[in-house]
Amino acid sequence: MALTERPQRTTNGRKPDGRRAHRSYLSYIDKSREYYAAHGYPQPYQWAYSHDVAFAPLPKPLSECTVGLVTTSFFEKGREPAGVPTARPKQPYAARCDDALAGLYNSDLFWDKDNTHTEDLDTYLPINRLREFETEGRIGALSERFYGIPTDYSHRRTQRNDSPRIEEWMREDGVDVAFLVPL
Amino acid sequence: MCHQTIGLIARHLEEAGIPTVVAGSARDIVEECGVARFVFTDFPLGNPTGKPGDVGMQRAIVGTALDLLERAWLPRTTVQTPYVWDADDNDGWRNHFMRVDDSNRAALVAAGEARRRDQAAAKADGRARTT
Repeated sequence: MALTERPQRTTNGRKPDGRRAHRSYLSYIDKSREYYAAHGYPQPYQWAYSHDVAFAPLPKPLSECTVGLVTTSFFEKGREPAGVPTARPKQPYAARCDDALAGLYNSDLFWDKDNTHTEDLDTYLPINRLREFETEGRIGALSERFYGIPTDYSHRRTQRNDSPRIEEWMREDGVDVAFLVPL
Repeated sequence: MCHQTIGLIARHLEEAGIPTVVAGSARDIVEECGVARFVFTDFPLGNPTGKPGDVGMQRAIVGTALDLLERAWLPRTTVQTPYVWDADDNDGWRNHFMRVDDSNRAALVAAGEARRRDQAAAKADGRARTT
């Protein structure tokens, strides 16, 4: 199977290399300490860290796999399709990909609203792009449903409540591999 | 926080035998959490699978994630895509986001107080998650 074609790394005319006293990419963990202290939170947030990481190999060729998409975006309150919980606080949900094509609601999530927008669904929930790969036979199928998980400060709620629920829906839908996109 | 939540569920799914790939833009949060496969695009938070309107870029990033599903052989495999958000000033958005300086210090204190009031109200009327 040929790898996806992609452009060569480019510097766009800028000096590519140099010296820096910090990482080139943002450390959100580092930034968050000062940012939340400035908000009056005395203790820094305790981010999840794990040394050991599980690794599940593909069970069969990707061209035979059903792919399930996972997002942290939700439907706008009052515009949830049938079967998607409407109550707050947010709960995990499964919904038809077709119902998301008009876009999801994420203004309540923490992302860079000054520098970009989320009006193009495929920038954060690539349903259309994955359907193209399905048509071309690169993947077996995109699952008819995608899965939403609430962003939560509590590791425990994500680990014990929300993740097992979404695993359950994936098994109902015959999902073989998960494609997860945080905002 | 979205990146941590996604990292945690990716870990759960891997442990349950379902292979995962995460496509995101907060590299440190995902790598500290520890996931099997990660496609990193160094963009402002909001568009981890490509710039708005750029179908070719979206396709390349999603395709890279599919490649990684097939080709990674160890956990913690990170691939960085070659895209640059702003070729003229790629530090501008980085310096602006979550900045704390004298121009916004008072506003951040006020925002924190408002947030704590909202959180207390949400807890009181059952909108906060407690279980």
